[in-house]
Amino acid sequence: MTRPRGAFGADTPLLEVEGLRTWFDTLTGRVRSVDGVSFTVERGRTLGVVGESGCGKSVTALSIMRLVPTPPGRHMGSVRLGGTDLMTLSEREMRRVRGNRISMIFQEPMTSLNPVLSIGRQIAETVRLHRGGSRADALGRAVEMLRVVQRPEPERRVQEYPHQLSGGMRQRVMIAMALACDPEVLIADEPTTALDVTIQAQILELIRGLQARLGMGVVMITHDLGVVAESCDRVVVMYAGRKVEEADVVDLFDRPLHPYTRALMASMPSMNTSTARLAEIPGLVPAPSELGRGCAFADRCSLARDRCRVESPALTDQGGSHVVACFAVQEGWQAAGGAAAGEAVGQRAGEAVGVAGRAPDDGVPAR
Amino acid sequence: MTTVNPPLLEVSRLTKHYLSPRRWLAPPKPPIQAVDEVSFQVARGETLSLVGESGCGKTTTAKSVMRLIEPTAGSVKLEGKELIGMASETMRQHRRDLQIIFQDPYASLNPRLKAGEIVAEPLRNFGIGAGERRERVQWLFSRVGLRPEGVAKYAYEFSGGQRQRLGIARALSLNPKLIVCDEPVSALDVSVQAQVVNLLMDLQAEFGIAYLFVAHDLAVVRHISHRVAVMYLGHIVEIADRDTLFASPLHPYTEVLLSAVPVPDPRSRPKRMLLQGDPPSPANPPAGCRFHTRCPLAQPICSEQKPPLTLRSTTGRAAVSPSGAADTAASPANGAPSASGGHWVACHFR
Repeated sequence: MTRPRGAFGADTPLLEVEGLRTWFDTLTGRVRSVDGVSFTVERGRTLGVVGESGCGKSVTALSIMRLVPTPPGRHMGSVRLGGTDLMTLSEREMRRVRGNRISMIFQEPMTSLNPVLSIGRQIAETVRLHRGGSRADALGRAVEMLRVVQRPEPERRVQEYPHQLSGGMRQRVMIAMALACDPEVLIADEPTTALDVTIQAQILELIRGLQARLGMGVVMITHDLGVVAESCDRVVVMYAGRKVEEADVVDLFDRPLHPYTRALMASMPSMNTSTARLAEIPGLVPAPSELGRGCAFADRCSLARDRCRVESPALTDQGGSHVVACFAVQEGWQAAGGAAAGEAVGQRAGEAVGVAGRAPDDGVPAR
Repeated sequence: MTTVNPPLLEVSRLTKHYLSPRRWLAPPKPPIQAVDEVSFQVARGETLSLVGESGCGKTTTAKSVMRLIEPTAGSVKLEGKELIGMASETMRQHRRDLQIIFQDPYASLNPRLKAGEIVAEPLRNFGIGAGERRERVQWLFSRVGLRPEGVAKYAYEFSGGQRQRLGIARALSLNPKLIVCDEPVSALDVSVQAQVVNLLMDLQAEFGIAYLFVAHDLAVVRHISHRVAVMYLGHIVEIADRDTLFASPLHPYTEVLLSAVPVPDPRSRPKRMLLQGDPPSPANPPAGCRFHTRCPLAQPICSEQKPPLTLRSTTGRAAVSPSGAADTAASPANGAPSASGGHWVACHFR
């Protein structure tokens, strides 16, 4: 089913986001929801974007799709999809790209489906818009897509309405709709957060299988590091609108460098260990309107020094295409007194304290 | 039952069937069997988790224990006293010992009350004087990690994690013996979730509160629980202490559920057991074992006979039927939960 993907070279990344900024000018000031994010997605690969709520993951996705209303939003930077800069396209041209070359699925499939149209008609609508052809052909494609996403009895099911479906089935319909035109890139914004673990496993398996078959690039936005470990090849960690760390998935889990990444990993109750206390990250993600000049994580980071509060660290390569934006990592700051770094992520019995307590640059694996 | 030391909470054959409203001239619909003959015990200072997919009846069970949902049948005993059918004023007095924390901290706090009033309300309901109330609220605020000046704020001024702390302070105000936690951390971010989980565990260690913990996040459940009950379509299919359940699950559904949890280790992408499709409707549950339609081990007998929950091993603890049929020596020595142990499974083949 794979179709030839344009004329650009094989080593050109499929999706190239460079210096993406999405700002909102509001009555109370400028809100920098996404502030200079860059990454690339390769064909057939999955890029994970992780972070807590409010860190700009979803606005990044919506910006790539050009779904942020402007004004009040304002974009800077470029999003190149196989050589085309999506940021420079007119709305009319963008409509031909959206759902055709780049598609998106959302967290809550119910609110993303039209409640008064049958699911077959909704899938067919996308197909006819981009591919033309007769209503019957498009409906045939809808049936085919439902079969692809493993909906039993697709011929009958195309006539169902969203309210007749369970959450997992709705997400399958969303995926069918997103993939109906063989997009080059699929952006999945927390696709399984609203679903039970058993259904989550089915949906992740489905996305993996379709990706292998269709060769699309996937951007997987999630807050769940388990989902990242399982489905991603490369990971971008975001905090307060910025990329703070990026690495290959194995490298990131072996050698998390940014204090935020480490804290995030330490605060997860793991399925394999059950130690007495979880590591806490003190405080909260700052609101984008409250950001100062320095590193956004400084207030919650025990390694922070004065410099962190006035200057924002740039991303630097720490080897093995592992980039991180942290002065402590870049300059090998030792924690003031052995315990201080441990407090960065709270106290936790067992291994995690060992990790957090070490200087961040000694390259000791996380687990 | 004349046990010397009855378990803190004893639930037997709890059943809740929802009747669908009958439409004009339409034939009656079958009732939704949300919870069907569920039995378990919770000892003092113990955390028992109810896990399962959405629609399996875990929240209905928890709310029936509180009598926020009136069960169709069955019995709920708190320290040996039957709560079901208790007169409302007597029930109100018993609610001192039985509190609840809800999933959505946004929806479960009165937007028109100040935080201090929210926490003081249960105290006022039980006739505690203004001076003592103020003192207790101050103490509760500091205990759950809220700033003392927060008493004058409204709920919307707090973040999600702080609101959940407020809900915990309110539940804690009357020194309850059991707190029902209905997905208390599901709506929170990972770092904040860790704060709330730690707080709940600290409070348990300090005050010996028992938790009936309802959650779908198995990693949190594994962290916080002493024992875990797995529910499927209104039945408990397996109940065991935490380490036994996670290390050696016996029921095929538990195996599937555990294998579905994503492991935060990119090197081990496990082969998992995937179920086909969705759980059947509780309005028309399969006969026999309710899991037989999706079970890899299913044999003809599974669709004919409902497998009873039976004891498989005592795992070194006093064996007590989860329905409370046997003797009990519920004595949580040095705060460690014991009692009502053993590994119970409802499956013909395991």
